[in-house]
Amino acid sequence: MVVLCCVNISLGSISISFNTIIDSFLVDSSDYSSKEYIIQNYRLPKAITAILVGSGLGISGLLMQTLFKNPLAGPFVLGITSGASLGVALVILGSGIFGGFLATFLLSKWSLVIAASIGSFLVLLLVLIVSSKVRDTMAILIIGLMFGSITSAIVSVLSYFSSAEQLQQYIFWGFGSLGDLDWTEVKIFSLIYTIGILFSVASIKGLNTLLLGQNYAKSLGLNIKKSRLIIIIATSLLAGTITAFAGPIAFIGLAIPHITRQVFNTSNHKILLPAVFLFGAIIMLICDSIAQLPNTDYLLPINAITSLIGAPVVVWLLVRQRRMVF
Amino acid sequence: MKTSLKHTILKTENLHIGYTSKKETITVASNINLALNKGELIGLVGGNGIGKSTLLKTLTKVQNPLQGNISINQKTLENYSNLELAKTLSLVLTETLTAKNLTVFELIALGRQPYTNWVGTITEADLSIINKAISQTNITDLKHKKCFELSDGQLQKVMIARALAQDTDLIILDEPTSHLDMYHKVYILKLLQKITKETGKTILFSSHEIDLAIQLCDSMIVMSNNSIVSDSPCHLIEKGAFSNLFPEDMIVFDPNTGSFRVKK
Repeated sequence: MVVLCCVNISLGSISISFNTIIDSFLVDSSDYSSKEYIIQNYRLPKAITAILVGSGLGISGLLMQTLFKNPLAGPFVLGITSGASLGVALVILGSGIFGGFLATFLLSKWSLVIAASIGSFLVLLLVLIVSSKVRDTMAILIIGLMFGSITSAIVSVLSYFSSAEQLQQYIFWGFGSLGDLDWTEVKIFSLIYTIGILFSVASIKGLNTLLLGQNYAKSLGLNIKKSRLIIIIATSLLAGTITAFAGPIAFIGLAIPHITRQVFNTSNHKILLPAVFLFGAIIMLICDSIAQLPNTDYLLPINAITSLIGAPVVVWLLVRQRRMVF
Repeated sequence: MKTSLKHTILKTENLHIGYTSKKETITVASNINLALNKGELIGLVGGNGIGKSTLLKTLTKVQNPLQGNISINQKTLENYSNLELAKTLSLVLTETLTAKNLTVFELIALGRQPYTNWVGTITEADLSIINKAISQTNITDLKHKKCFELSDGQLQKVMIARALAQDTDLIILDEPTSHLDMYHKVYILKLLQKITKETGKTILFSSHEIDLAIQLCDSMIVMSNNSIVSDSPCHLIEKGAFSNLFPEDMIVFDPNTGSFRVKK
């Protein structure tokens, strides 16, 4: 992972040698100053973001798949991603209505982050309220998907009434991006991420018990409602902030847990959780390195790369093992 | 049933079981008075739809009684927390296992969950209990296999080992012999009998294998439309408890052999 991190930092519109990277951390010199600037203020935050995004989405996908006993589940199932999209859509596509100064303020990046956070948080709150009323986890899954389709319907109505530029801006946000974060944002991001990870670690025992099914889990003394709440909070913290800061990153949340299960051939979360963390971070770093199209000025949308790289890997693993490990 | 109170593990008094919905209350069975004694193998028999599952669900606190009282170790069931109950009562259910990618050892180790710390670390003491459960159920050779590689009979042994690892006074099994061939039915029930003898645990199971239960159980609970009676198999035969279990124009009970005959 450390090596990949260096590779990731070294690649970009200007390629920087490994030695320079190591020097920039270790040696306090005035040489390479422009490159050093690029590394410390652009490349390094981006690499960190990639690690946080990949591992965070992978872990929230794992939690959802175990909680819902459904291999198709991912962070999107609770409507978190769609909630964030709705928030952003309201800001970008709705900004035309306000016009003038307010529009300029609304289109700043912070407002997008805040809108995405509020959006995902509100949808999650709704799902939580509804889920406290239903006993069946499958029902929560469907409720989450329903919220998702409601929000995407609102987004399409909004986009029908907005201008081409606004639509383009919204679509660009939808591509996802790892590179737009400055250090302050990375710090806030990491803080919330860490809280999310702590919640995930706290739910390991519950997750393993849930593997036996709800009835056995209850007979083993597990407080199902409490563990379900912890798992949902962990997922929403992770997926919510990631979507807020990096846009809706597709595929990773669904695919990483599958790749990890196929490789490690286990269902034990004590092994899976750290493994998913590692795989998520590594694959995200690789995807990001490719997305930059080394030594060119182009930067491909990260979402396209994650699916282009990830989907064949999952298919290949499933075909090779001939059996789904779940 | 004249047994001294201290040997009674589970006791029900005037228990009424059934379902409540907003509109109405459906009583499945009423006035159930049972006493399960320590170290006994108890079979619960009765026709389909008579309320065996409802009774087991009520005894294991999955659903609430309509009326009456259940006490385990002289403590009312309602006053048990989930965790306390998990240390007193373990279950083997009929539902199929969803996560079959666990190894047999991992699955049995999950039986230690009520005792382990917040991440579920298995200690030396836990390990010895797990290994004891494995040797008691004769599945040492399966220890490292994955659950999807097992046959139904092997899986049932593993699930019993998991319940043993939970180290409870009472084990309740819901139809442990369904889906098994004759040999494995007998094998599983004999295994349960051996466990009660060796460990002093009380085992209650529901079954349709009335003939086998008569031969192997210390005590039986017979549920029929009109009554629920509980006694040793011999006394139950003398009382004629089995003869009105099924409609007599089809099947008759032969008290001499302790088995059912199809009426020709």
